[in-house]
Amino acid sequence: MNDRLPGFATLAVHAGAQPDPTTGARVTPIYQTTSFVFNDSDHAASLFGLQAFGNIYTRITNPTTAVLEERVAALEGGTAAVAVASGHAAQVVVLQQLLMPGDEFIAARKLYGGSINQFTHAFKSFGWNVVWADPDDIGSFERAVTPRTRAIFIESIANPAGSITDIEAIAAVAGKAGVPLIVDNTLATPYLIRPIDHGADIVVHSLTKFLGGHGNSLGGIIVDAGTFDWSRDNKYPMLSEPRPEYHGVKIQETFGNFAFAIACRVLGLRDLGPAISPFNSFLILTGIETLPLRMAKHCDNAKAIAEFLSGHAAVAAVNYSGLAGNPYNNLARKYAPKGAGAVFTFSLKGGYEAGVSLVSNLKLFSHLANVGDTRSLVIHPASTTHSQLDDAAKARSGAAPDVVRLSIGIEDKEDLIADLEQALEG
Amino acid sequence: MNHDAYPDSYIREILNGVKSIAMVGASPVNVRPSYFAFKYLAQRGYDMIPVNPGHVGKNLLDKPFVASLADIGRPVDMIDIFRNSSHIMPVVEEALRLDPPPKVIWMQLGARDEAAAARAEAAGLKVVMNRCPKIEYGRLSSEISWMGVNSRTLSSKRAPVPTQGMRLSLNRTSVGGGETAASDRAAKNRNDAT
Ligand SMILES: Cc1ncc(COP(=O)(O)O)c(C=O)c1O
Repeated sequence: MNDRLPGFATLAVHAGAQPDPTTGARVTPIYQTTSFVFNDSDHAASLFGLQAFGNIYTRITNPTTAVLEERVAALEGGTAAVAVASGHAAQVVVLQQLLMPGDEFIAARKLYGGSINQFTHAFKSFGWNVVWADPDDIGSFERAVTPRTRAIFIESIANPAGSITDIEAIAAVAGKAGVPLIVDNTLATPYLIRPIDHGADIVVHSLTKFLGGHGNSLGGIIVDAGTFDWSRDNKYPMLSEPRPEYHGVKIQETFGNFAFAIACRVLGLRDLGPAISPFNSFLILTGIETLPLRMAKHCDNAKAIAEFLSGHAAVAAVNYSGLAGNPYNNLARKYAPKGAGAVFTFSLKGGYEAGVSLVSNLKLFSHLANVGDTRSLVIHPASTTHSQLDDAAKARSGAAPDVVRLSIGIEDKEDLIADLEQALEG
Repeated sequence: MNHDAYPDSYIREILNGVKSIAMVGASPVNVRPSYFAFKYLAQRGYDMIPVNPGHVGKNLLDKPFVASLADIGRPVDMIDIFRNSSHIMPVVEEALRLDPPPKVIWMQLGARDEAAAARAEAAGLKVVMNRCPKIEYGRLSSEISWMGVNSRTLSSKRAPVPTQGMRLSLNRTSVGGGETAASDRAAKNRNDAT
């Protein structure tokens, strides 16, 4: 018998969900509860010892959140996923499994400003040392590898400039170094890019953006590709060594190709505590059901607006990899043939001042620090999301002072263009 | 059989078909993977037989340990081998001497022996390597979804609430993902490394 494989849109609606066994409710219920009763003390002990499947406490697992986890794992083609309170929480939990104090990880310089900040400052206090590399120069990743390197971190489509990263080339560097490749796939979503198919070992998301998609809930998720052998050398003791908190269980030996997700849950989420609210999981799940429709519209609108801006006399440059002639256009065609995303930057001939007045003249675009909403959004990264960086680092990460970032929503594109037109004239 | 990527239909047929499972290398230590798997499969209604010469005279969850497959003294459907790859062949040879022989040889996560698999397949047995029957049962029934694991199955049917000792339906629709480039790559990498 041939197993028929459902497509992406079917998975976006169905994966992980089934009618509630007790009530028959077809939509995944919001299990807004902190804890779950045990059948008896043996059942409780089995659950605490990781021997049985089932829920204990919502900091560790929750049935609403589990549906979200399985759905994203299915869309990304991973073996398992762990949802957490935010994209930033996902990054902490992932690296906690991989780095001991004094270890290093290599990160692409072109990242969300908050991630640059988290890596540079917060992680330094844990003794996790970031080494920066340039995603436009693969050799810079090779040169950054040392015996203490434990992971490589990149964004598939980088915030803010929407540049596309050559995932396969960097996966090859990671493979040679014997370390996992972590890809933040927030701006692409699995609808546009599935990093695991290109060699990623771990995918992280801020669910807050396009996956949730409606600007109403924070969330993050970690997807385990099931591809990495954590026990090959002694680099990853969290996964390969007996865990004292579980009486000597070895995580990889016991859980095989979803061991990393289990480690994130039973060592990361359990002990660090950044659990997602079941209500947020519910809202994000509802958002994901329309992901394919929304992403197609986001990308279609973004391309039309990028084209409009490219032809406008007041605009100096548009950084949208979906435009022919953009330096990332070849990578966009290879990795994101369905569309180059909906977050990009442009600069104005009038410089910083013109950017500030554009933002204040817009009537439909909202001026706020988020991306991936149904609504169109605008921000000046240099003074907000990337403000902690010095000028050189701003420019390197794609947030020079004259740059404005757009996140294009799913409104009628004609209305968005009209709004930009009046604001640029204004 | 391609032992890097089993179709769900193959695993499903095995787990739906077998009733008794002899677990070679079963451990009474409750943090060992074999203990986890033994306990779970017993709870899901399989007739479990612990095989481990080091523990004869003791019980594992009320089932007496036997020293070898020959000591079981009744037909078994499946042999689940919790031993390193280097210890697989003698177990398979012993299994093939049983009368009647088992229907399935299952090698645990991390265990692979191509030659032993070929011997068993030539004798008409089904072989699974480098998988865990607990994980596969949990996956195909979607019980494992509680932990955010991708069951790679879908169903629009209302399933009964699972209770102790209950067999779960494994007959859900299979979904892609198990046979992605990623899992093939992982299997290949592991082989390259050994
Ligand atoms: C690419 C990227 N990664 C991570 C994050 C952090 O996510 P969160 O705000 O959910 O913590 C963001 C948020 O802007 C982002 O754009």
